[in-house]
Parts: sequence; structure tokens; C-alpha cells
Amino acid sequence: MKWLPDSKVSHLRAIAAEPDFSATKYTFVKELARGGMGTVYLADDTELNRQVAIKVLSTPELTEDLRRRMVREAQIIARLEHPGIVPVHDVGVLPDGRIFYAMKFVRGVRLDEYAANTESIKDRLRKFQSVCDAMAFAHAHGVIHRDLKPQNIMIGSFGEVLVLDWGVAKILQGDQSVASEADTLMLPPRGSNKAGDTAHGTVIGTRQYMSPEQARGEIGQLDERADIYSLGAVLYFLLTNQAPSEARPRSLNPKVTKPAEAVCLKAMAQDRSQRYAGAAELSADVGRLLDAAPVAAYRENVLEKVSRWVGKNRFLVLLVLAYLLMRIFFIFSSRG
Amino acid sequence: MDPDTDIGGAQQRFPVTNQSAIAAARSDDHVTRERAFATILNSYWKPAYKYIRLKWQANNEDAKDLTQGFFANAFEKNHFAKYDARKASFQTFLRTCLDGFVANQRKAGQRLKRGGDVNHFQLDFISAEDEIAMQAANVDPNNLSPEDYFHREWVRWMFTMAVNTLRVRCETAGRKVHFQLFEAYDLGDQDVSYSSLAQTFGLDQATVNNYLAATRRDFRRIVLEKLREITATDEEFRTEARSLLGVELK
Repeated sequence: MKWLPDSKVSHLRAIAAEPDFSATKYTFVKELARGGMGTVYLADDTELNRQVAIKVLSTPELTEDLRRRMVREAQIIARLEHPGIVPVHDVGVLPDGRIFYAMKFVRGVRLDEYAANTESIKDRLRKFQSVCDAMAFAHAHGVIHRDLKPQNIMIGSFGEVLVLDWGVAKILQGDQSVASEADTLMLPPRGSNKAGDTAHGTVIGTRQYMSPEQARGEIGQLDERADIYSLGAVLYFLLTNQAPSEARPRSLNPKVTKPAEAVCLKAMAQDRSQRYAGAAELSADVGRLLDAAPVAAYRENVLEKVSRWVGKNRFLVLLVLAYLLMRIFFIFSSRG
Repeated sequence: MDPDTDIGGAQQRFPVTNQSAIAAARSDDHVTRERAFATILNSYWKPAYKYIRLKWQANNEDAKDLTQGFFANAFEKNHFAKYDARKASFQTFLRTCLDGFVANQRKAGQRLKRGGDVNHFQLDFISAEDEIAMQAANVDPNNLSPEDYFHREWVRWMFTMAVNTLRVRCETAGRKVHFQLFEAYDLGDQDVSYSSLAQTFGLDQATVNNYLAATRRDFRRIVLEKLREITATDEEFRTEARSLLGVELK
């Protein structure tokens, strides 16, 4: 029997972990990414002759009730037509019982990769605002994402922003009161949130970007504000280059302004009633940040108002100052 | 057939079963217990031997005797039937038993002498020694804890057995080319493309793709079958699948 070196063992391990798509219209191409919620593969859609991204969820149980509900939810999510949303094309179950979702395969960079190459906070905020707009659209259609994080947001080849991975999204309308065993959240142990982790018992969410109510497993209580928290966590990352922690953004990056920090912390409020009521409201405040206008999340004192006004109208201020200096110069020179 | 898989001897006294061997080890039926034991022996003797060599710094002859003695003792006293899945994985249980056995033997001054009362199983220790030598040339096993080393060698052995089973099944089913493609593409030392394989085997590229996909699926099933055999409960099966493959299974 031939001895298998470590490299071959790793390769065979990857082969053995490949999903069995034999009962579907997809053929396996390669693994794209692996996370706590599941693994994303590139596959060929043999019927439509195109490539798709397929996420195979890491789920320990699949009841018939859950399967039906997931298919129905996938159908609703698939109807979300927005340029910032990559919807689910298809949902199914593999022979080993794992659930999979087929999504459009997007070529581009993830938001965390984009941030690594983009210094400008303004540029980052513009992308973030697009994410808020896409989420506002989804919320208006009664859909919450439940797993927003930089790794689930892509910047496409033309700079467009796309929210991915709606595989664990939830439909708020209709069955909000229906609680099933499948709705019970099981979280990875603390400290196991590395991107490469396949955490035991993980069903929904990524702890660092997850609202407190979601982390507590209060699934029936989740609404748009859970996503608002996650959006705030994404903003925290964009402002600090770090995943959310106890530290205030300004302590990690002194370039972050007080209003920007306030917007971030308001979105991430522990008490959800203190958060923005909707993604559109958050988007509007981010727009104000970009326009150097006063934001709803922060009450400025007079000095800050003046300072912001000066910062916003720097050219005008310089012009007035130059004019005044000239007048003073003429006054003194005419006296001399 | 390769002697490594022929644990039951030339007469195939111990055909493997896809049900849990750990559960079968508790059977009242002697034949069922024998089969279960053969499966466990088949799955663990090589990692156990290597572990004894590394952790207990035993020379090859002592390691052979200790491996034989451990499994013979476990079979005679039906130790594996005492396994409780609630306390630890079977792998951990077996390793702990092995440590206890070797420690006792060392304490008793190696009373288990070569050629003594030990039942000799047909185990290919030469291949195990060759592997230890090859590993030493590639990676220093001393960088791992003995427990991690045991696990790593168990994983390697699981996949080695699965590859061999795949080869046998492909040959039996008249799908020799399937295995040859798998061997060339997934086990070979050199990177080969589908198109070069198509040329070598006189097939079109789509057929190579389909054959490889089917063979990989078979490989996956065999790995899971083997895992099922050596785990006691569904929960342990899922845990081991996670550990081995990094996936959750129903």
C-alpha cells in the first residue's frame, strides 16, 4: 500500500469533504472559501451553462419543516431584484443531508480586501452607504440578512457594491410568530471566529458582527435592527480596520471623527431601541458624514459647529481671511 | 491482495462490515465480536505501532510485541466493549488504553517476551517502519505532541485504507480506468491536466471529468463508511467527520 505524504493526505481530505452534487444540475469545480457557516464552492450549472457560487451550509439537523421553510424563503429572497443584492438562484439538499444554496458567481474583491487597499475613509463610507441602501431595499421587502460582515460584501469589477450570501436570511413577513426548533441559534465557542474555522454547532451568524439579541439566540425577536447592528459592526471595521471589540473606534484610529464614531456606536447600541430604526436612516446619516453635515447621532457644541463649518467651507474662509488681511494691510499702509 | 488489508488472514476470517464495530464489540455473539475486533484492529494497529515507537521510544521489535500484545489483550478481555461514547472519542479511549498497557508492561519488566503467548496477527510492520523512515526524512514527528502524532497517523491510515478499498472496488466493478485516473490525478507526484489524462487514456476530456467526479464521490463514501464503522454513536460519527473532513453531516 502506497504511503501518503502529508500533502496527499490534505488533498484527499479536501476531496472527501467535497459536496456530492451528483443529484443536482451542478458539477463541482473548486472550493472558493470556507467559513463558520459553511463552505462556498464554484460549480458549473450544466443546464444554463454558467458558473455559480454554491454555499453548502454546515447544519447538523434538517427536518422536513425546516427544508420546506428554507425553500420557500429562498424563493422569496430570489425575487429581491436590486443592483446591490446577489440573490439565491436555487436551494436544495445534498445526499449527505447538507443544505446548499446556488448564487450568482461574482468576480471582484471582498470588502475587507477592498479596505486593505483603500486608505480613504470617505471612499470606504461611500461603499458602506451602498451597502445600507441595498439593505434598506431588502428590509422594505421584509427580508433580514442575519450574517452581514465584510466577507459577505463584494466590490465588483465596476466598483459596484454587492451584498452576498443570503442563504441564512429570514423573511419577517408572514411567519414571524412561527418558532421552530430550527430557529434555535447554536453559536461557535468564543474565540473561534477566525475565517477559516468550521465551528461546531454553528447555524446562523458570525459572533463579532452579530447583534446581542441574535447572539443570545432570541430568534423570534430578530428584526431589521439586528442587521443595523451588523451594519454598525461593518462600519466599525471600515473605520478601524479591526473587527468590533469593546474599544471605541477613535481609540483605535484617531482619524475617525466624533460624528463618525457616534454613527457607528448608535448603530451598534446594545439596546436595539437605541439603534437606527432602519437602514435608510443609517444611510442618510452616513450621507451627512460625507457631506460634512450634522448627523442625527451626534449633538455638536458651538465650537464643533464652527469647526465643521470652517472645515466644510475652507475655501470661503481662506478667501475672507485673505480679504481681511489685505484690508488691514491697506489700512496700515495708507496711515504710514 | 495487499497484506495490510488482509487482517483476517488469507481466509478472510474477518470480513469488514459497515455497521459500527464499536457497537458490535459488545455483542454476545462471538463471531460478531471477532468481526468487530478485526475492524478495530485494521483501523488502529498502524497508528498504535507508530505511537509506541514515538511516545514510548520503543525499538521496532518491542513496538511490534507491544502492538500485538495490546490488541491480543484487548480482544481476550473484550476491552473495547467497555468504551463509553459519553466520556471521550473512541480514538482517545484506545490511545489511553494503549498508554496504560505499555506502562504496565514496562513496569512489569517487559514480561511480554517476543514469541511468548501473544496471538500474532498478520500486521505489516515492515511498511510501518518504512513509513516512519520516510516521515523522518520529510517532517520531524517530534514537533508534534504524541497525541497529535497519533491522530495524524490515524488520519493518514484512514485515507490509505480508503484508497485501497476504492482500488479494490473499482477493479471488482470493472472500472479500472476510473481508479487509474484517480491515481494519476489525485495521488500522483506530478501535476497532470485533464487534457493530458484524456490523451494518455484515449478518452475525451468530459469523460475524464465525469470518471474523476464519480471516483471522488466513491472515495468520499468509502471514507464515511470507514468512519461509521469505527464510531459508536451518530454524534461521535459527526464529531469525527468534522475532525477528519471539516464538515457537518446529518
